[in-house]
Amino acid sequence: MLAAIGSLSVLGLILGAVLGLASRYLRVEGNPLTAQALALLPGSQCGQCGFVGCGQAAEALTAGTAPPTVCPPGGRAVAEALASLLGKTVDLAGVAEKAPTVAHINENLCVGCTKCFKRCPTDAIMGANNMIHSVFADACIGCEKCFEVCPTECIEMRPIAATLQTWFWPNPATVTA
Amino acid sequence: MKLFKIRGGVHPEDRKHLAANQAIEDLPLAPLLHVPLQQHIGNPATPAVRRGQRVAKGELIGAAQGPMSAPVHAPTSGRIMGIGSFPAHHASGLSVRTITLQPDGEDRWLEGLEGVPDPFALTPEDVAARVAAAGIVGMGGATFPSAVKLNLRTKYSLHTLVINGAECEPYLTCDDRLMREHAAGVLDGARIMAHALGVSRIIIGIENNKPQAQDAMTGVAAPYPEIRVAHLPMRFPMGSEKHLVQTLTGLETPARGLTADIGIVVHNPATAFAVHQALRQGRPLVARLVTVSGAAINRPRNLRVPLGTPVQHLIDHCGGFREDPAKLVSGGPMMGQPLPSTRVPIVKGSNGVLALTATEINAGPSSPCIRCGSCVDACPCGLLPLNMAAHARAGDLEGTVRLGLMDCIGCGSCSFVCPSHIPLVQFFNYAKGEMAARGRAKQKQTETRRLVEGRAERMEAIQRAKREAMAARKRDTAKPAAAAEA
Amino acid sequence: MIETANTSAPYTHSAASVQKTMTTVILALVPATAFNLYLFGWPAVFLFGVTVLACVGMEALALTIGGRRLLPTLGDGSAVLTGWLLAMTLPPWAPWWTGVLGAVFAILLGKHVFGGLGQNLFNPAMVARVGLLVSFPVALTSWVGPHPLFWTGTPGFQDALNITFGGQIPDGFSAATALGFVKTELSRGIPVSQSMGHLPDLMDMGLGLRAGSLGETSLVLILAGGLFLMWKKVITWHIPTAMLGTLFVVATLGHLGNPERFADGTFHLMSGAAFLGAFFIATDYVTSPVSKSGQIVFGCGVGLLTWVIRSFAGYPEGVAFAILLMNSLTPIIDQYTRPRRFGRTRRGEPLAPQGEK
Repeated sequence: MLAAIGSLSVLGLILGAVLGLASRYLRVEGNPLTAQALALLPGSQCGQCGFVGCGQAAEALTAGTAPPTVCPPGGRAVAEALASLLGKTVDLAGVAEKAPTVAHINENLCVGCTKCFKRCPTDAIMGANNMIHSVFADACIGCEKCFEVCPTECIEMRPIAATLQTWFWPNPATVTA
Repeated sequence: MKLFKIRGGVHPEDRKHLAANQAIEDLPLAPLLHVPLQQHIGNPATPAVRRGQRVAKGELIGAAQGPMSAPVHAPTSGRIMGIGSFPAHHASGLSVRTITLQPDGEDRWLEGLEGVPDPFALTPEDVAARVAAAGIVGMGGATFPSAVKLNLRTKYSLHTLVINGAECEPYLTCDDRLMREHAAGVLDGARIMAHALGVSRIIIGIENNKPQAQDAMTGVAAPYPEIRVAHLPMRFPMGSEKHLVQTLTGLETPARGLTADIGIVVHNPATAFAVHQALRQGRPLVARLVTVSGAAINRPRNLRVPLGTPVQHLIDHCGGFREDPAKLVSGGPMMGQPLPSTRVPIVKGSNGVLALTATEINAGPSSPCIRCGSCVDACPCGLLPLNMAAHARAGDLEGTVRLGLMDCIGCGSCSFVCPSHIPLVQFFNYAKGEMAARGRAKQKQTETRRLVEGRAERMEAIQRAKREAMAARKRDTAKPAAAAEA
Repeated sequence: MIETANTSAPYTHSAASVQKTMTTVILALVPATAFNLYLFGWPAVFLFGVTVLACVGMEALALTIGGRRLLPTLGDGSAVLTGWLLAMTLPPWAPWWTGVLGAVFAILLGKHVFGGLGQNLFNPAMVARVGLLVSFPVALTSWVGPHPLFWTGTPGFQDALNITFGGQIPDGFSAATALGFVKTELSRGIPVSQSMGHLPDLMDMGLGLRAGSLGETSLVLILAGGLFLMWKKVITWHIPTAMLGTLFVVATLGHLGNPERFADGTFHLMSGAAFLGAFFIATDYVTSPVSKSGQIVFGCGVGLLTWVIRSFAGYPEGVAFAILLMNSLTPIIDQYTRPRRFGRTRRGEPLAPQGEK
């Protein structure tokens, strides 16, 4: 009886010590998933998800407080990648893919205030004080930050037009014959 | 000639009798020609003419941009009406940059176009350069710049040129007519290409439903022991180049590779004929043969069509529609593209215009898959179309790729045999397009990240500079004060 | 009107359709069914009618519950075929409710629970057959010998109504199947070699003049139906040949090893539902592998399991169990018998290029 209690106690102490040591020496700083989730996000800190930046969104994702579909500019592809990283299932059919847009500056209305190009996270707007600004469509991620600050409302978010090279057949599962 | 078996394939009714006995006819000029600047795979050509300029037939109107591109020439003499956006010869119905030409009716060739007396005296590079300058692209429908394919000898050790006269698509007879009526020209073009490729062996593969073409080609090839005409069994997709090569030689092209990987280059008879004209007469590619057929067409024909001619003009020439077609198709019914309207122009890759009735198409409403496995037996690539489509339907595109989506050649054999009429090919086309779009999105994301980091660094540098300037100013203001105190 | 781009190529299709396939299979079943309905008289006709109608009714019910349109699915003939096959595997004089309950098992549990046509893992008719057998062993093992229509001693229309809807087989009609007889005798200690002597001769077995399920007895007509299906390219030789071949070979080997304990190969082939199963049930598209090599594996499995169950398990007949067991292996067989992709090795690596400089 005593021997049993003794041996189990010793066993418990040893294993407890091992666990304690392990938690000290094998500690993982932060959640490794957060870093992986962050790598999948666009990193433009555009704030469309409602979080301050991509880092906060990644933390919310790993904490489970944000769904994999959190990132609007990432679209379906990012949602799918996040879902598989987090081991969650995601109903992509419900996420209507928002057509990607790019900003376009109406040159007749632009007063050259430089507000937009200061806000642009990807340096996609070119311009200087009192000069008309313009957008590099290739670098624009459609985050709408410039759209929000423009005092003359001269910025328009235009859907990216398909070309013969980018057009493809629609999904027959969603097309009603 | 010994042939090898290929996997799968189907036997659609060939319906070639509609147009096969119609000799090639020259189509009269249309009132306006719309010549797109991109009629090939690669970079679009850049306009080389101005609005209002007069051009002669064969004059350069669009210059190639880089090696993966092709120039565009005036299909007839006339005046350039404008350079703008015009509906493309494409399923999407989108518009592309197009040069509009008003023919002057003279059809006058550019002066100074002269052939080479002996193309075989030219270096292979010279031949390829002339082919490139003539704007020749793969005329079986792929529209890959032919000169690029002729230059493959620099990277691969080649041994055989295959001329793909299979024409396995139902209805189409333009290659058949070309080989019957211009056998010598096709053969000459093939020999010039073989010279450019540095190979001596040429195999001309022709399906058994074209006995006259087989005889014509055998006749002109008789003096050349290294040229052989192979009689191919009728089976779709015999004209898929990798499957044709396997049938002829037993060699299997590695997945995701080229037939050049096994030492073989494949060209279409129409391409060979265009090469013949470019080298012997110095004439660029300005017209092509088009089969106009289908049960909804009054008089099916094989026409020589100036590039840029609106499809409606061809249909009018063929007596219009017998009945309203259920579908207007460019190319063959198995792999063709639906045409968004009859306004669109004929381009270098259009080998057929088919006006099909609902009976010919026989598309039923789609019902659930019953796993009959017909598609598995029909697939020439050894894929499992039913499983791939199920994954695509469920939105699991990665799963579709794992099952071999990228090995699918989109031949349509699976959709053809499917008793449930499941749009398998469209699932695969959608999945391929969506995967490509995701690839582009990923690329853009990497680019975005780079830009964002660059901006962050710059902001940081500006902040630092400001701080330093501030500190310096403080020092500067502190110093004189200290000096004054002293 | 010219329809613009919303469906991609091909713009020509073969004449094949689900409905045509189902109709062809039903057509192939007609001779064997007609002969057996004649052979087992009015009770069999009633049971057959009840079962098929119940299956169509259940299909309609399931489609209504699922909120789907009735016509396209009911019209494809799959429910009729399921009911038909189920009826063919029931004892001919079984009571009417076996057919109705069987329809519930087959259509609701066997098919629509999985998601409807094409989604089911197990053959619906076999799910019903086995479900009924384990739930109502007496009703499902009460066999009768041949009592052809309009023969003296055959129950008339009235009597037949009593049998099917009253649930009582009159005394003196019951008979044992060959498989059941051999098994019972063996359990009484009578060796197979001895009990075999009391069975109908090969000729009668082949023609179908024996006790057995409603549609399984006439080997000649079933074989004719199967060959018809092969000729029509609805089925291929792979599954039937693999199944019957394996059954024959293992049974023959067993018999050679111990003739007192194991019946011979010919007996196994000709008795029970071996033929019906091989040509009409194991070849069910939905629940068998899609590739030809997979179908051979599948057929061999069914043949082997049939013999094992017949020889060692408690039930005299094992075709239904064997098919269900192999149905459950179909996904994994499909996984391992994928065709080789063009330009790749069996393992999926691209072939080595040969011409690169």
